[in-house]
Amino acid sequence: MSDTPQTTPREGGRAAIGDAVPRVDGPKKVTGRAPYTADHRLDEAPLIGWIVPSRAGRARVDAVDTARALDVPGVVAVLTHRNAPKQAPRGTPSDAGRFSQSHALLAAPEVACYGEPVALVLAETLEAAREAAGLVEVALTPLPGRYAVTGDEPDEALEVPDDVDGGMPADMSHGDFDLAWEKAEVRVDATYETLAEHASAMEPHATLATWDGEELVVRVAIQIVGSAVEALANTLRLDKEKVRVISPFIGGGFGSKLGIHDDAVLASLGAIATDRPVRVVQTRRDLFSSAPHRGCSTQRVRLGASRDGRLLAVAHESVMPMARGYEFAEPCAASARASYACDGILTRHRVVRADLPRIDSMRGPGEAVGSLAFESAVDELARALERDPVAFRLANVAETEPISGKPFASFDLRRCLEVGAERYGWSRRAERGRRDGRWLLGHGVASATRPNFLMEAKARVRLEDDGRAVAELDMTDIGTGSYTILSQIVADTLELPLDRVEVRLGDSRYPQTAGSGGSFGAASAGGALLSACRRLRGQLRAGGGREAEGHIEPGEDFEKYAQYMTGAHFVEVGVDEVTSEVRVRRAVGAFSFGRVLNPTTARSQLYGGMVFGIGGALTEGLHLDERVGAYMNRDLAGYHLPTERDVPALEVVMIGERDDRCGLLGSKGVGELGLCGLGAAIANAVYDACGARVRRFPLTPDAVMAARAAW
Amino acid sequence: MSDRAPKTTLVVNGRARELSLDPRTTLLDALRDHLDLPGTHKGCDHGQCGACTVLIGGERVLSCLALAVMHDGDEITTVEGLAARAGAGDAPEALGALQAAFVAHDAFQCGFCTSGQLCSATALLAELARGDLSVVTPDDDTVRVTGDEIRERMAGNLCRCGAYPNLVAAIAEVAGQGEEGAS
Ligand code: FES
Ligand code: FES
Repeated sequence: MSDTPQTTPREGGRAAIGDAVPRVDGPKKVTGRAPYTADHRLDEAPLIGWIVPSRAGRARVDAVDTARALDVPGVVAVLTHRNAPKQAPRGTPSDAGRFSQSHALLAAPEVACYGEPVALVLAETLEAAREAAGLVEVALTPLPGRYAVTGDEPDEALEVPDDVDGGMPADMSHGDFDLAWEKAEVRVDATYETLAEHASAMEPHATLATWDGEELVVRVAIQIVGSAVEALANTLRLDKEKVRVISPFIGGGFGSKLGIHDDAVLASLGAIATDRPVRVVQTRRDLFSSAPHRGCSTQRVRLGASRDGRLLAVAHESVMPMARGYEFAEPCAASARASYACDGILTRHRVVRADLPRIDSMRGPGEAVGSLAFESAVDELARALERDPVAFRLANVAETEPISGKPFASFDLRRCLEVGAERYGWSRRAERGRRDGRWLLGHGVASATRPNFLMEAKARVRLEDDGRAVAELDMTDIGTGSYTILSQIVADTLELPLDRVEVRLGDSRYPQTAGSGGSFGAASAGGALLSACRRLRGQLRAGGGREAEGHIEPGEDFEKYAQYMTGAHFVEVGVDEVTSEVRVRRAVGAFSFGRVLNPTTARSQLYGGMVFGIGGALTEGLHLDERVGAYMNRDLAGYHLPTERDVPALEVVMIGERDDRCGLLGSKGVGELGLCGLGAAIANAVYDACGARVRRFPLTPDAVMAARAAW
Repeated sequence: MSDRAPKTTLVVNGRARELSLDPRTTLLDALRDHLDLPGTHKGCDHGQCGACTVLIGGERVLSCLALAVMHDGDEITTVEGLAARAGAGDAPEALGALQAAFVAHDAFQCGFCTSGQLCSATALLAELARGDLSVVTPDDDTVRVTGDEIRERMAGNLCRCGAYPNLVAAIAEVAGQGEEGAS
């Protein structure tokens, strides 16, 4: 086994862990032969399900008149709360996680939020289903609801969530913040706001369900297969053994496909009600209410330092909405708990329950928006101290986990800052000038941290008669490269050429993993598969069986050590002097995330995270219609993802090393790291360019213009 | 239904296919649901994402915004036909130069936008070769293969995975210039 990255093919087509092998599913994806959920063909043509969503917020359903819809030729049925198959109450069992609880729909004459389905049309063709959906007449009486969350809510509206994502307490502190704040000679006390955001994977959420009277087979775009089985079994009151979930190709997730959504439940209800296969593909528009989103945030950050540049006090407090009936709180203060040493830290997360569509994890929950505030504030403090923002960060990098005092497994923030600064030419940035025509130029830096998780996982590997190895696990590949790195693990361990290895994923009949999410997928599923392969190798040497299972779970190193990935972003922006438009001109990121399993797919993950960060910083924001709790810009014309033209040449430097405290593979997660901190580096560069500190994200021209006028 | 179902012939990937379609059927749905070519994807159905891009007479068209009946007799290429169009043969695993470059440069992650990206990039190569101007073409009106030309001309194809840098590299390579020339 080798830790040295290799880009040229090895002898005999072998590939080791760490090699830059091209994606094994690449040829399928470039020829249109990778079957995403909506592409799957059955022998029997499915009915097409079309959702009729509520066009009110919280409401009572007075009547749903389906007569005209049923008259449309080709329409087979219209499901409403009156005739839909019985389900368990939504949110039960209460002790199950949110991804496993019942997601009952069409179960009662009420809707909890805008966009909730009130009917499902089932028809032979898409055109008929869509026409009929427009003819379903829904009478709703709006009920009072809370939709807007501004951060100015009175204390009694603020709740302390049971925990924040990642299982951490909502409130954590270390030392005495008040004392440290008192002692500080230079202080920053600033409040930042971020708009709600949407993951908007390119593949709309889709399900194809079949029911044979006993078993429900659900092909669905999902990140975690195991909890999807539980959620469907819990919703429909079926045995888990009678629910099979299949998801071999997923067109992106970014958190929005961690759990099941309306399409999965409705397609299943349709299949059970009609005894026909049913396909439900959500419309792009409806996804903005059905697929979960990231809530808006108001974040107050207070930082204090001694005049000689030592950080003394850190406080990070956030207020965000929590969708009523759906427990999820985003850990905005995650970076504040992890990055820099100081005498006193105070972190607090508060939520306001709101009758909004589901709020859940979106790529980099916590750091993605938390670091916008925190790393902007760090920059503000460095400026107030008249210190170089890189030097200031370097002088205060944590040696142990600030919030707990625990030793780090490995923590490379210092090296990321140093290597990134060198690559970017930070010390020579003045040579690039302050202006290019009407563009005011500026440079910004920000640190990135992200906790490393390992989840329990199992995997199976088998040597076939023809000498090929077949691995099976219910892991998913949402574009992350799971097929590829898992194939490398098998090829490396069993000493086989890559083309003698087949990895099968995304089927609940395979051994269970934790799926894709929280950047834990590769280390967890990969670790389980590595253990299976090692066991099989041992068996084969001893003349034993040709199949083996492997298992991994976080060991005591996850208790003893604080585990983080780190990074540092360096960004050059131009701010249009007249329009205040911000363009990213260059970005360099240095990242450390343990052993690199495949530099090609890892680099792509980091690029993708950086692109996500550009969107979050500059263009992405959901605007709320406060009367009904609907997002107004709910399509891709109104919600602006970064385009090819918005992304300059990016540079990624990977500096991590194998860390055996992080699990069997010695790797950490990389899927979210590229995003964390990037937006703050952009905001800091905007300040550098035009002298205005914009504390409202995204930094659209109006926000920048207002800040420039006020400064 | 029959009076609502005019006959339409689409010449898809070199084969004439006759269909009786509900006239409301989009070209995208006709390809996916009636011609069993699901490689062209529906990302938005509203002309906002580019995932459904196909080639009609060599030009890019958003198939979600076209009705199938409007293209009676037209020559359509989808991702499934790109390899053959590029002269790489029609074995299922055959790859044209752009497809091979996409794999080599990791110009995708989830792959959902990829069919549209490939069709767009195929037409882009023809646009560059013809010297079609774009908003970023320099004032001398000479079209060169640069990163900015590629970025501008691919801006209609969204990729949420953010494979953009690798897309530029892959397309630049096939457009006849190394990565440096297009950074
Ligand atoms: S599906 Fe046609 S542009 Fe999005
Ligand atoms: S590769 Fe996933 S959207 Fe482009």
